[in-house]
Amino acid sequence: MDFVITILEQGLIYGILALGVYITYKILDFPDLTADGSFPLGAAVSAALITKGINPYLTLLAAFAAGVVAGICTGLIHVKGKVRDLLSGIIMMTALWTINLRIAGTSNVPLFSKETIFKNSMTEKIFTGGASSYSTLIIVLILAVIAKLLLDFYMNSKSGFLLRAVGDNDKLVTALAKDEGNVKILGLAIANGLIALSGSIFCQEERVFEISMGTGAIVIGLASVIIGTSIFRNLTFVKSTTAVIIGSVLYKACTAVAMRNFEPQDMKFITAALFLIVLLISMERKRKVKTHA
Amino acid sequence: MLELKNIYKYYNPGTVNEMCLFKDFNLTVKEGEFVSVVGSNGSGKTSMLNIICGSIPVESGKIILDGKDITREKEFRRNRRIGRVYQNPALGTCPSMTILENMSLADNKGMKYGLGRGINKGRVDFYRDLLRPLNLGLEDKMHVKVGSLSGGQRQAMALLMSTMTPIEFLILDEHTAALDPKTADIIMELTDKLVKEKHLTTIMVTHNLRYAVEYGNRLLMMHQGEAVIDCAGAEKEALGIDHILAKFNEISIECGN
Repeated sequence: MDFVITILEQGLIYGILALGVYITYKILDFPDLTADGSFPLGAAVSAALITKGINPYLTLLAAFAAGVVAGICTGLIHVKGKVRDLLSGIIMMTALWTINLRIAGTSNVPLFSKETIFKNSMTEKIFTGGASSYSTLIIVLILAVIAKLLLDFYMNSKSGFLLRAVGDNDKLVTALAKDEGNVKILGLAIANGLIALSGSIFCQEERVFEISMGTGAIVIGLASVIIGTSIFRNLTFVKSTTAVIIGSVLYKACTAVAMRNFEPQDMKFITAALFLIVLLISMERKRKVKTHA
Repeated sequence: MLELKNIYKYYNPGTVNEMCLFKDFNLTVKEGEFVSVVGSNGSGKTSMLNIICGSIPVESGKIILDGKDITREKEFRRNRRIGRVYQNPALGTCPSMTILENMSLADNKGMKYGLGRGINKGRVDFYRDLLRPLNLGLEDKMHVKVGSLSGGQRQAMALLMSTMTPIEFLILDEHTAALDPKTADIIMELTDKLVKEKHLTTIMVTHNLRYAVEYGNRLLMMHQGEAVIDCAGAEKEALGIDHILAKFNEISIECGN
């Protein structure tokens, strides 16, 4: 049972990351590697603020804001500097490593003795007895649902329509008398905000900040997006945002089951192998290879 | 009124492949004019449209719209007053969004794209009324993604979307070239109807000499960055396809084609 709960918890936390990757990869068609830097950025911001004694819930907002800034930087490098999308992300990802270290102070910040969004005086009052083992899952679920609903609301707004249009046909955005560059920057900002938020929740759940925790975040995000959108491709009543979160939980379940039979150091290989299998099974590969390679 | 004054445009400047397309090019389009532009490939038709819309910069010269110099104005800003339909039907619409979403996007042009609902339910019937006269059945497919429509249907939508909000200029860049003859005729009739209804000043580039003669009240033939034929009003009425074709051949022989 604990095994299933852990999968659900982590799957939902990475689900918020996947929502961000969904924006860049599916909507903007932008291979944004900033994710590997903005995920630990959110964690670093939260860890640093929690260590200073700031309310952990407020650090979620701070983490989101930090991610937004990182996304804006990637966007500015790409749009104003006219640097290729992939390179813009790589530049920011690399720079963020140092920035994260500076923010957190060291490469490892333990939060075991601190109050987090999961363990504080309030949650201890609400979740008592048998419910306490589900408290983390319930909080994560609430956060994931809020993130999803807010994103759904945004995607159905006028601004969201423009964001969907820019990845599809940027000429149309120009024709609508809007600067397509600014729309792209906005999209990257929201995406990286969500990714940093996910990083912040993750480090509070793990009760530790690790500088290398972001390595491979983009792979997890992409795999979740691709699993989610290909499974629910023909079910139009399932919103893409829901599909992506479910995809994240499924991916987490796959890795968790696989890891039972392997050593911890095999983790990254399993991640990569599973991602490849996901790509081979879903037909996603064909379209992307043709248009981008 | 739109004026192009002393336009100079080079391609590949500073290289051995430097090519001068426009050398002291001048053009004045009066309000309410419907200009058809014909000419061989590379004669500067599309470049002229791109210069007007701001898609490509000019080396020197001035672009004046209603007395205001817009030479340095960015493309997206100019588009507030300009509607443009491309040759490729895919460029005028968003394939992954539904007809209704596309229409709503276009309906909001010139306004703020904020956090308000993307679809205004009160406008749905208005969109249906716009689509109905096309006789393509699009009004019953409001929730169908535009990507699954045919080229002709998409081009009809692109035309409607680009003229939905109040604009002053309509730029048509071979907008019937990718369509079959029957669909092209339908789109051309729709164009003429919209231009007349909304009193749009229009510049239409076309390879179809029949359209160039039949539609519009001014005809321009471009050749090597110059207008070799420019006639309007009664003079244009008198112009036949044969005459244009003769001129076309004359130019082509000069070029050695």
